[in-house]
This record gives sequence, C-alpha cells and structure tokens, in this order.
Amino acid sequence: MTEIKDLQRICSQTRRDIVRMVHAVQSGHPGGSLGCVEYFVALYHHMMEHNAENFDPDGKNEDLFFLSNGHISPVYYSVLSRAGYFPLEELSSFRKLNTRLQGHPTTHEGLPGIRIASGSLGQGMSVAIGAALTKKLGQDSHLVYSLHGDGELQEGQIWEAAMYASAKKVDNLIATVDANGQQIDGATDDVLPMGSIEAKFKAFGWETLNIEKGNDLTSVIEGLEQAKALTGKGKPVAVILKTDMGAGVDFMAGTHKWHGIPPNDEQLELALGQLEETLGDY
Amino acid sequence: MKKYINLGSKDTRSGFGAGLSELGESNPNVVALCADLTGSLKMNAFADAHPDRFFQVGIAEANMMGIAAGLTIGGKIPFTGTFANFSTGRVYDQIRQSIAYSGKNVKICASHSGLTLGEDGATHQILEDIGLMKMLPGMTVINTCDFNQTKAATIAIAEYDGPVYLRFGRPKVANFTPEDQKFEIGKALKLQEGTDVTIAATGHLVWKALEAAEELAAAGIQAEVLNYHTIKPLDEEALLESVAKTGALVSAEEHQMAGGLGESLAGVLARKHPCPQEFVAVQDSFGESGTPEQLLLKYGLSTDAIVKAAKAAIARK
Repeated sequence: MTEIKDLQRICSQTRRDIVRMVHAVQSGHPGGSLGCVEYFVALYHHMMEHNAENFDPDGKNEDLFFLSNGHISPVYYSVLSRAGYFPLEELSSFRKLNTRLQGHPTTHEGLPGIRIASGSLGQGMSVAIGAALTKKLGQDSHLVYSLHGDGELQEGQIWEAAMYASAKKVDNLIATVDANGQQIDGATDDVLPMGSIEAKFKAFGWETLNIEKGNDLTSVIEGLEQAKALTGKGKPVAVILKTDMGAGVDFMAGTHKWHGIPPNDEQLELALGQLEETLGDY
Repeated sequence: MKKYINLGSKDTRSGFGAGLSELGESNPNVVALCADLTGSLKMNAFADAHPDRFFQVGIAEANMMGIAAGLTIGGKIPFTGTFANFSTGRVYDQIRQSIAYSGKNVKICASHSGLTLGEDGATHQILEDIGLMKMLPGMTVINTCDFNQTKAATIAIAEYDGPVYLRFGRPKVANFTPEDQKFEIGKALKLQEGTDVTIAATGHLVWKALEAAEELAAAGIQAEVLNYHTIKPLDEEALLESVAKTGALVSAEEHQMAGGLGESLAGVLARKHPCPQEFVAVQDSFGESGTPEQLLLKYGLSTDAIVKAAKAAIARK
C-alpha cells in the first residue's frame, strides 16, 4: 500500500490540477471536484485493482468505477492521468476544441479510463448495476464502484436503480453519495430537502455506511475498506460520504457558489498558495 | 408481376421472440431485459430457457436502458424489450447519453409500435419513434414487415456491433417474406419491378404496398415496390436507381410524416434526384382507440390510400 503521506501528496497535487484546469478554460466545476479528491485518490491509488497502462474498455478482471455526476470531471481527469491512464500534459486540453477531456466525461473521444458518458444526471447507478451483472455472469469477483451527487438523488432513475439492486442482490456494487449538501441553486435542504439519505437507502434494502470525514484521507480509506467488507453478502452497499464542497481552498469551501464557477487570475493565485505543488504541475 | 403469398398471418413480435430464442442457443453473450411485458414481447421462451441471462427489471424503463448499457461493459449483447413508446420517448435521454453517445452495443427492441396496437389508444400508440431514434448519431433504425423478417432481423442485429432500434408490432399481419431470407441491415429489398411509380414502404405497410401494386397493375400502372426495413442507414442507391426509372415516389409508413421514412427519402431526392413524392403517413396527429384496420383506414394508411397517392405522384410528373 502506498503510504498515507504519499496519497496526501497526490491529493494536494490533484487540487492544484483542478483549479488550474478550470481557470485555464474559465469554465468547469471546481467545487464538487475539490470535495471528492480524497475519495478519488483513495479509490484509484489504494482500493481498486485496475490496469491504467493497458486500458481495456471491457474491464474484465478489474474493479470498475463509474462517475454518475459527470460534471466533477476535473478531479476524475486529474486522478486518471496521474494514475497513468493518459499523458499528464493532456490535462491542459480540458474543455478545449478537439480535446478528449470533454466538459463531461465520454467514451466518444476514446479517453482511456472512461467507460460511459455521464453528465445528464441519474444514469450512472443503472450503468454500474449492468456492469456488476456482467461481472457476476462472467464469474469475475471484482467490484463495481459508482459515485453520485447528493443533489443527483433527486433524479427518479436513481431510485429505480436502488430498488433493482437490492431486489436482485447486486452485492458487488459500492455506490457512494457525495453528501456535500449543496447543489447549483443552493443547499440541498433549501432546494429540495431529501431527509435522511441513509434511511432512504436502508428502506430500499441496501447496506449503508457513513464516512463522516470525507475529506480526511484516512477516514475515507477506512470507510471504503469497511464498505468492501460488506460486499458479497446479498446486498448492494451505499456509502454516504460527507464532504465539503470546495474543500482545500478556504474561500471555495462549504458553499454552492463554486459549483460551476472558475477562479479568476487573482483567485487562482490565492488557491494555489494554499495547495502545495508536490508532484509537479502539468 | 411477382405474386406474394401470405404463409399464414402472425404477429411481428412473435418473430422477435423466435429470433431471440434462437440467439439464446447460438450466442452465449446475448442477454435480455424486460420491463414487465415479457408475455407481450414474446420473451418467455428466452426467459425460461436462460433464466441467468434474463433480467426482469420491473416497470422501470430508464433503469433498464442504463443496466443494458452497463451490461455491454464486459462483452454482453443486451436486448431490451418493452413497448415502442416506453422504448424511445420515455427513455430518450438515457438512450442518448448511456447508449448512443457512449457507443454501447445495445439492441432496443420495441413492440406495439404505431397505430396498430389498436384499442389501447393514443397514449400507447407512438408515431414519433422512428424520428426520435434516427436523429441519434450512430443509431441503426429497423422497422420490419412480417414475422419472418422480424426473426431474421433479430438474429442479424446480434452480429452487428453498435446500438440498434428494432421496431415491430402487435397485430397478426401477413407473413410473406421467405423464411430463409438473410437480413441485411441497410439494404432495401425490391419486391416488385415497375416503371411508373416507386412505392417505398416500411413495417406493416409493406404488405399494403404490395396490395396497392396489384390494384395499380389492374389499372395499367406498373408500380415498383421497395421494402425499406432499414430507415437508418438509408439505402440511397436503391431509391435513386428506382426513381431514375419511375420518376415518382410514394413513401408509406405507420408513423408521423414528420421524422419518418418519407422525410429521409425526400432528403435524398432533394439532394440527388428531385421528383414528385407523396407521403402515406400520419399527418401531425395522435391516434385513438379502434381496431388496427379501422385505424389504418381512418388515418390514411390503407391500401386504397397508397393507390391514390401513387396516382397523385404520377399526375405530378
């Protein structure tokens, strides 16, 4: 296992990548991306068995990950690239014409690491279930992970999928909800209060697990390890990951305002001043 | 003129069921999903023979499309089954993003298309599905005419790598294409040779087009009949070769004129061979309850309507 210290260095660099990417093209979604850095780094650098060097779209005998809330593509691209899926310098093409790093992730341009397009919300859990079923049919014991926004849970398809996964015992699936309590128009509790997310998944027949400190790497790793231990027991596993939107950059943290707004030059410098360059900028 | 014989009326959905069953035996990667319409889609035989490869998703079509997309990751070939309305309009965004844009090898198989589902009425009679699906980049759109062709098409699309929309229907209709005819995606079939007018039909209206050609022949008009089972990719060559002879076209389909086969053909004519065209299609309206034959008559999709359209197209030459 890579030392926590090393993973923390990746986290810091990933945050730099995120703010630099959205700044460079003056568009994109820094808030949710920053909040999910620890989750992504834990997943790709610790939890998952995966083959970055020889990307196989079918992903047989690998763990798979599906990003359902595709707008947090900056963190996804940074982590994929630094895990070895594609050259680091390609991060500078984010959202630009002819790029493989589209605003929302897609298979269309053949970017290694991506297995489904996402952006229109609510679809990723169904896709993850399908991939998990294929693993079961092929006697492949690897796991399928998916990530969803908490605001995304307002989409009805999520609950169709949640009902199916427990009814059909899709127990090789760990669906994580980024519970940052924010969505575009404000706090989720103001836009459309959802009550207890955990109670909802429990009521749908899922095994649930909370990670209270979603921006603490050790907590995230421990939580995901526990989630993994819950798989294979007849129930899908939901992880409620409590994060701070914009985590790591003080003026972006804890508010919906940086959901889809890039920093200007001055704000970029302020942000980078708070984030150590550990592995070298792209 | 060539004589076509009804080998015994059957529903096209049963052709799908028969094809799927055959695939169940021949191709272990074929899996099937259904949203609580297993009997209506004639998927029972596959479900019974291959319970591990059949996924009953309940009344949740959006989830079904997403699961189907996911099943392709690892090499499965999913066939989804529900009514045409719930296979397209209800789940358009799921198909667009998770299947079409993602280039997933999903076969969207849709029964009860068009007016001929009959008494259930307009809520279920989708007449816009061909248009919806042909607009999606990379989507293949097929609308078969009888039992044998639907069975053959079902088998053929498993061999093709890419998303496909396969449209068929509920009522028993004439079964007249040869049982052993191999289905070639994108290749229109010439059913009658003629020199005066081309009738390009798809789905249930192919048989009506053959009936119309007989009536026209009795009036001394030689109609060429083309079976456009594939709307996308469109066989432009077959159309151009035919209208070069006939100089007039009738398109016939159980679909809105907007977005249908006729519009696709008109686009080819406008670009490459302008000539008169008449459209036998639903004219910007919803359907209603009734028997299939009553509905086809009321909405101008009858044999007689094709005959009249052929004469009108010829008159405009």
